Amino acid sequence: MSDYNSMDSIVVRLAGDSGDGMQLMGSQFIASTALSGKDFATFPDYPAEIRAPVGTTFGVSAYQMNIGTDPITTAGDAPDVLVAFNPAALKVSLPLLSSGALLIVNDDSFTTRNLTKAGYAEDPRESGELDSYQLVPVDIGRFNLEAVKPFGLSKSDGGRCKNFWALGLLMWMFDRDLSPIEDWIRQKFAKKEVIRDANLAALHSGNAFGETAELSEAIPRFKIRTAELPAGEYRGITGTEALALGLAAAGELADRPVLFCSYPITPASPLLHRLSRLGELGVGTFQAEDEIAAICAAIGASYGGVIGVTSSSGPGIALKTEAMGLAVIAEIPLVIVNSQRGGPSSGLPTKTEQSDLYQAVYGRNADTPIPVIAARSAGDCFFAAIEAVRIALRHMTPVMLLSDGYLSNAAEPWLIPDIGEIDPIEVNAPPQPDDTHGTQGMAFERNPETHGRPWITPGMPGLMHRVGGIEKDIDTGHISYDPENHQRMTDMRAAKVASVAKFIPSQTMELGPEQGELLVIGWGSTYGPIYQAVKEIRKTDSDVSYTHLRHLFPLPENLGALLGNFNQLFVPEMNMGQLSTVLRDKLGVDPTPFCKVTGQPFLISELVEKMQSMLPPVVVSAGKPVAKGEVR
Amino acid sequence: MTAMLSAKDFTTSQEVRWCPGCGDYAVLKAVTKTLAELGARPESTAFISGIGCASRFPYYVETYGFHTIHGRAPAIATGLKLANPDIDVWVVTGDGDALSIGGNHLLHALRRNVGLNILLFNNEIYGLTKGQYSPTSRRGTRSPSSPGGSVDAPLSPGQFALGAGARFFARAIDTDKIGLGEVLKEAHVFEGAAFTEIFQNCIVYNEDVFADFTDRKNAAEMQLRLRHGEPMLFGADNKKGIRFSTDNFSLEVIEATSAPDEVLRHDETNKGLAHQLVELTAPVALGVIYKSPGDSFEKSWYEPRKNGLKRSSSVADALRSTNTWTVT
Repeated sequence: MSDYNSMDSIVVRLAGDSGDGMQLMGSQFIASTALSGKDFATFPDYPAEIRAPVGTTFGVSAYQMNIGTDPITTAGDAPDVLVAFNPAALKVSLPLLSSGALLIVNDDSFTTRNLTKAGYAEDPRESGELDSYQLVPVDIGRFNLEAVKPFGLSKSDGGRCKNFWALGLLMWMFDRDLSPIEDWIRQKFAKKEVIRDANLAALHSGNAFGETAELSEAIPRFKIRTAELPAGEYRGITGTEALALGLAAAGELADRPVLFCSYPITPASPLLHRLSRLGELGVGTFQAEDEIAAICAAIGASYGGVIGVTSSSGPGIALKTEAMGLAVIAEIPLVIVNSQRGGPSSGLPTKTEQSDLYQAVYGRNADTPIPVIAARSAGDCFFAAIEAVRIALRHMTPVMLLSDGYLSNAAEPWLIPDIGEIDPIEVNAPPQPDDTHGTQGMAFERNPETHGRPWITPGMPGLMHRVGGIEKDIDTGHISYDPENHQRMTDMRAAKVASVAKFIPSQTMELGPEQGELLVIGWGSTYGPIYQAVKEIRKTDSDVSYTHLRHLFPLPENLGALLGNFNQLFVPEMNMGQLSTVLRDKLGVDPTPFCKVTGQPFLISELVEKMQSMLPPVVVSAGKPVAKGEVR
Repeated sequence: MTAMLSAKDFTTSQEVRWCPGCGDYAVLKAVTKTLAELGARPESTAFISGIGCASRFPYYVETYGFHTIHGRAPAIATGLKLANPDIDVWVVTGDGDALSIGGNHLLHALRRNVGLNILLFNNEIYGLTKGQYSPTSRRGTRSPSSPGGSVDAPLSPGQFALGAGARFFARAIDTDKIGLGEVLKEAHVFEGAAFTEIFQNCIVYNEDVFADFTDRKNAAEMQLRLRHGEPMLFGADNKKGIRFSTDNFSLEVIEATSAPDEVLRHDETNKGLAHQLVELTAPVALGVIYKSPGDSFEKSWYEPRKNGLKRSSSVADALRSTNTWTVT
């Protein structure tokens, strides 16, 4: 039996056909990782096709995870361990691997047919292509079928257990307790006893293989030191789960129900699925006939006094645009969640991107400002959802909450927050009915600080009024085509959104001092790789600081001054430079964008390299004017 | 006890801005009168409209009102009805709003049977945008966008509704106070989506398009006023009747006096009959054509939610409804 390799962190990638159960295997392994007290981050990377043709490179589904001691914020640049279920999975993953990586390949899948499908002219196991890796071929398919033989399953049904066989082996390699997975299998397949028992047998067989097989000399074992996380009660969480619970928490904090109205779209649908099981928390869901109906029903819900929320991804958000304008002019609270994906059009439905920032900040007809915020990590989606609802109800406005495909699926360990410590969400209470001056105008007596009008809803006696998409008089609320009034209303709508900045915290630093040579500005899900990259480069005493934006519109009031303290500004984002444009527009600065739209998250190494290239040489010629980062 | 309200109590201070002589005035009057007669409460009544001449309606009714965007009123009304099923929700829409840009939402509101009173003001023309042909315009309609006459086949609101799975379909004429009032009351008590087509005369862009059956002089011969369980008689002194012809599987007009036993009795629960009735052109069927009560969408939606939308457990518990571990 081999000794343990003790280490601080390790990156593991599972890759197979989209029908091989890679996502399930990965999420189960991560669940056990969480319970063993390690920090982790994950990156599910799967194709758009539900069942792409078997054995092809475009049908490869992968689950990458980074497990470790130090704060882990990314799924890791280069995998140290790859479990490849077929030649196509090996071919797709090979360029990503770190040198000397451990390759566990499903040996019996390397048939001529599968090699051809993957585009291999020669068997890579024999061509020398894998010489620089540690290759461990295991007949996963055959061993699994032997293990499940007693249950009388067909060859194809039995074959489906092979992810559990491989999981059993992986659990042995990482010295993990099998019981949480056994519990999960028993619960999941409670009504399908044969499947349940076959999966359990496969899991145990894979585990025992590590223990007893002659080959085990070649299979290394890993011991990852326990992470030094802040004390408290933890759970694993994905962005979808956190967002769903955050919306429910916002309802609880505001003491109002939540009605979530949505139309299925990748990668936003899991939020609908999750929320449809949260009825106990005062959440209702409505699957509408289309994207437009979804936002309209959410507007109708808010008009009726519950918190209306809609959700989609970029193309669906585009369809909702007109209705957002209605919510703006009618001064109705609403939260719009955008789980961004690669575009334009249908684009890359399952791949992540941050390219809907323009759409969020600028993308409506007329002068129609909407506050925009973004979540930075899976767990942060919880707090971002609460913040979105808080702004919507305080200012009586729609709010755009940006998430993305990566955040939706990514998992991390999460310190469970104490709901009692979060400020309640206040609503603009209705006034006392007063018969003397009619009720129409009372609906539009706005709070001078927030410009939020009272949330008067059908059913409240003595407060009947009419509201709509036509411009209304700023005082009486009646239809008005008066030119001066339209100017005042447009100014009011702008002032309303601008006033959000008075209620949000000042921008603070994630890393480094508040002045210096280079400031990295991030937003959204790039938090993980940017944080690690800046931490890395700061180890070499480089003058680099890092700040990460929650509020994208309006921006925090102190942000302009903060940016002015640096010679250079650097904005890495998964689009073609959209935040750079927004900062240039709103603050008159000139950041250097770093753009990547490959559908893959940033690598730490590429960020470090770029920052290094931006830093001035040690000796700087005197008197050279600083151009970049100067505030105009 | 709250005092009975009058039609005037349901009228706002806003100056009505439809063209003088527009059929909408008559509908507005009939609706406010019906609300008063039904004992409706202004605070628990909401009028939701889309875009078009008819959609100005909410501004003139002293209840809650929401003038929304083109075609989307049924979707917004659905959200309101789910948020608060106790509200009496009326949707006011026109032929372009409901059947062109908003066709999808109307279809789904009807098949879900959402508890809405949907009033379709059908004038077979786009009035607000100045007279283009609409989805219900007859073939050959000359308009600014169809100077040579439109070539589109018109949509039948009745067939659309029945095809979508509507459980209530009725028809009335804008200026027919009694007939419209009766239909509005039936629609009001119906649980689910009650869809009423109102033949509304646009005096500017499509005047007298329905005159062949709405004019007083044509009324007797051209209007078939349906009452559940009663014989389908019309014409001067009710001399004519409707019979089902087994030869060509359709309705036909007969002399009622010569074959009184062959005259059909209206059965508003018979969908096959409803499909035939909405196709009649001479006479035109009016009143409640089809009514098939069933659970409303909101009733079914709330069925498993014993506490409504009230929370019965806390997020603090939900956050721990999975494996947790403690770091010390």
